[in-house]
Amino acid sequence: MKRFKRKTTLFATALLGASIAALTLPAQAWEPTKPIEIIVPAGTGGGADQMARAVQGIITKHNLSKQSVVVINKSGGAGGEGFLDVKNSKGDDHKLIITLSNLFTTPLATGIPFSYKDLTPIAMMALDEFVLWVNASTPYQTAKDYMDAIKKAPDGQFKMGGTGSKQEDQIITVAIEKVIGKKMTYIPYKGGGAVAVQLVGGHVDSTVNNPIEAVAQWRAGSLRPLCVFDSKKLDYHEPIANGKAWDSIPTCKSAGLDVEYLMLRGFFAPPGISKEAVDYYVDLMKKVRETPEWKKLMDDGAYNQTFMSGKEYLDWVAKAEKTHEELMKSAGFLAAKSN
Amino acid sequence: MIEDIANLFHGFAVVVQPFNLVLMVIGIVLGVIVGVLPGLGGANGVAILLPLTFSMSPTSAIIMLSCIYWGALFGGAITSILFNIPGEPWSVATTFDGHPMAQQGKAGEALTAAFTSSFVGALFAVIMITLVAPLVASFALRFGPAEIFAVYFLAFCSFVGLSKEPPFKTIVSMMLGFALGAVGLDQMTGQLRLTFGFTEMLNGFDFLIAVIGLFGIGEILLTMEEGLSFKGRAAHINARVVFQTWATLPKYWLLSLRSCLIGCWMGISPAGATPASFMSYGIAKRMSKNGKNFGKGEIEGVIAPETAAHAAGTSALLPMIALGVPGSPTAAVLLGGLLIWGLQPGPLLFVEQKDFVWGLIASMYMGNIVGLLIVLTCVPLFAAILRIPFSVIAPVILVLCAIGAYTVHNSSFDVIMMVVFGILGYFMKKTSYPMAPMVLAIVLGDKAEEAFRQSLLGSGGSLGIFFSNPLVSSIMVLGLVALFWGAISTGWARLRGQAATAA
Repeated sequence: MKRFKRKTTLFATALLGASIAALTLPAQAWEPTKPIEIIVPAGTGGGADQMARAVQGIITKHNLSKQSVVVINKSGGAGGEGFLDVKNSKGDDHKLIITLSNLFTTPLATGIPFSYKDLTPIAMMALDEFVLWVNASTPYQTAKDYMDAIKKAPDGQFKMGGTGSKQEDQIITVAIEKVIGKKMTYIPYKGGGAVAVQLVGGHVDSTVNNPIEAVAQWRAGSLRPLCVFDSKKLDYHEPIANGKAWDSIPTCKSAGLDVEYLMLRGFFAPPGISKEAVDYYVDLMKKVRETPEWKKLMDDGAYNQTFMSGKEYLDWVAKAEKTHEELMKSAGFLAAKSN
Repeated sequence: MIEDIANLFHGFAVVVQPFNLVLMVIGIVLGVIVGVLPGLGGANGVAILLPLTFSMSPTSAIIMLSCIYWGALFGGAITSILFNIPGEPWSVATTFDGHPMAQQGKAGEALTAAFTSSFVGALFAVIMITLVAPLVASFALRFGPAEIFAVYFLAFCSFVGLSKEPPFKTIVSMMLGFALGAVGLDQMTGQLRLTFGFTEMLNGFDFLIAVIGLFGIGEILLTMEEGLSFKGRAAHINARVVFQTWATLPKYWLLSLRSCLIGCWMGISPAGATPASFMSYGIAKRMSKNGKNFGKGEIEGVIAPETAAHAAGTSALLPMIALGVPGSPTAAVLLGGLLIWGLQPGPLLFVEQKDFVWGLIASMYMGNIVGLLIVLTCVPLFAAILRIPFSVIAPVILVLCAIGAYTVHNSSFDVIMMVVFGILGYFMKKTSYPMAPMVLAIVLGDKAEEAFRQSLLGSGGSLGIFFSNPLVSSIMVLGLVALFWGAISTGWARLRGQAATAA
């Protein structure tokens, strides 16, 4: 009970502090006046969901906003449901959406009427890495070993497990096939965690899981990372399994597999919101990035910690969409035009 | 092993701290409320309350959240029995006999049986987790797409042919369910199916919307036609009903044990609680002497699905802890919580976070006992709800249904769909098309399809993959036996009859 009491006192102090802060703030700055919704265009438990809930937890715990934050999953139609909801909430400055690559892939693959241009960009929080994983009981020690094995086998013998269809995992798989010159069999599953377990169980031969999705199985010694699909090695030195750290994983390019792919983890807001509101959210996200909890999340998931906002961010997104369109076009993943 | 038991007792010591006990009771009560409101399931409840726990220690937080989960599991049965509205997918099978019992004025018995069976199922699963956790976790790894399809196949087979309606109507209803289940994004190709260009249909038809409409709204429409009163109204409210029902329960021990085993298996595999409840109900109907009475208010028809659903719901937490793969949507939200508290789910959690894991397991024991006590004391109260005049309670139910339907995806389109399903449900009842096969097909249809196509992708199109190893073959054979059980048993009886006349 003692603990409970202490909490009440703490809460009262925090409340007092908040009200004093409110009194001393300049009057013209935009502030949220009701709870802020964060839409997650993916299911519960995935990478985007984890990040949104971590941001919610950080804002609540450190009292970064006077209003509470609500996380809502709208995963229907490969996230199309969430994006359309935000697109149709023109001028609603209490709504944000966290994005993953389905910002580009969903409209391209399904033809639903939506583009990143319909939204107001807020900030890029991080980029998610992709790693080529195999089961630790297989003989492949390097990406080259594995590629040689695929090259020797007939088309389609090696199975790649991934999240969803015509999304980032399958795009990477197609890019790998192009480099190797052999087909693999791509098997789509619902979520990254399930994909990692299918690899542990030996039901697929490899995956391109994000670090956070497979790290637990790596630590337990059931999975082996072969290479990372980035231009440089990951910047995390803490050993994870058998004395190996994230930075012990070579880049795929150095192993002769010239494929690079990074996934956006960033925030957007509905169209037509004021500049003041955008500034408020950019500032809020900067504060979130300075907390120890955020650093812990970045460490756990071995994220690429690039931060961007404003025009720089918009330019990055525009370039990323072009890349996705080209990749998906060459893989034959574009939706048939209805007209 | 000895060490594990010492750890468990340490876990109990953590759980019985007064602060944790208070959290436990709060969690259970919130959970029951969440479970009673259709649509606002355990997953939503846990997600809404997750931020509350950020300031607590991970162990206190998981105690409170898992108690919300237990509470929701208990609560789901209440509306199924009283109003024929399953609050959760796995409560659907409970309505088949639970609601008829309520209509016969035996709501108290049905509720007591449901709660007690839930407790037995959960307890069985927790004991199993305590004793054989690492072994069981490695069993889960053997389930690839082919094995998972085989499990769904078994679930369908053990349920098909149960219906008293003509087979033709059962098939029509099931096919309609498959068609409705196919609407939305096709997971395997990333293409939209059957949405006819309407962006509202992206999501497909959520099972909960269909069930709230078909069962809940449909039932209210029927009751209105039949004279504006609940059939179970005349029931005596008897404070001793709990003990009277308990006296009759021990004779169903074999049924309970079988349902526990089915539930644990389904929870780990990880097919989940919904196929477990249907499969258990189907098998109970076949094996029971009173099989013919199933669907008319047979207590065994309440015990079987409830026991299995809760054994499955509880054992579904095991793959989450041990493998980092959530066996249910609620487990998925809990998984998100683990990461925020700085715990990494996975095979090493048992080694590195002993306090947390054994605290959680101890809270499963305590939470279920506390939960059972709370819900059982309220049985007469719940049963008394049926004495409120229909004209008062019906609008309340309608509003709750609408809120529930809205909450599933925060979409008002779903509320309209709920009404459409309600009207469909009314006409299906009037023309005696069975609704259960349709519901089963909506819930499991797309998952079974997904597993089927994943398997075929892996095998290059060969159906041989469903008989490629002993595990998958034996599940498939079980499924086929269940499907042709009727023919097999008649054939067997005839053979025996011939042998008897020959002798």
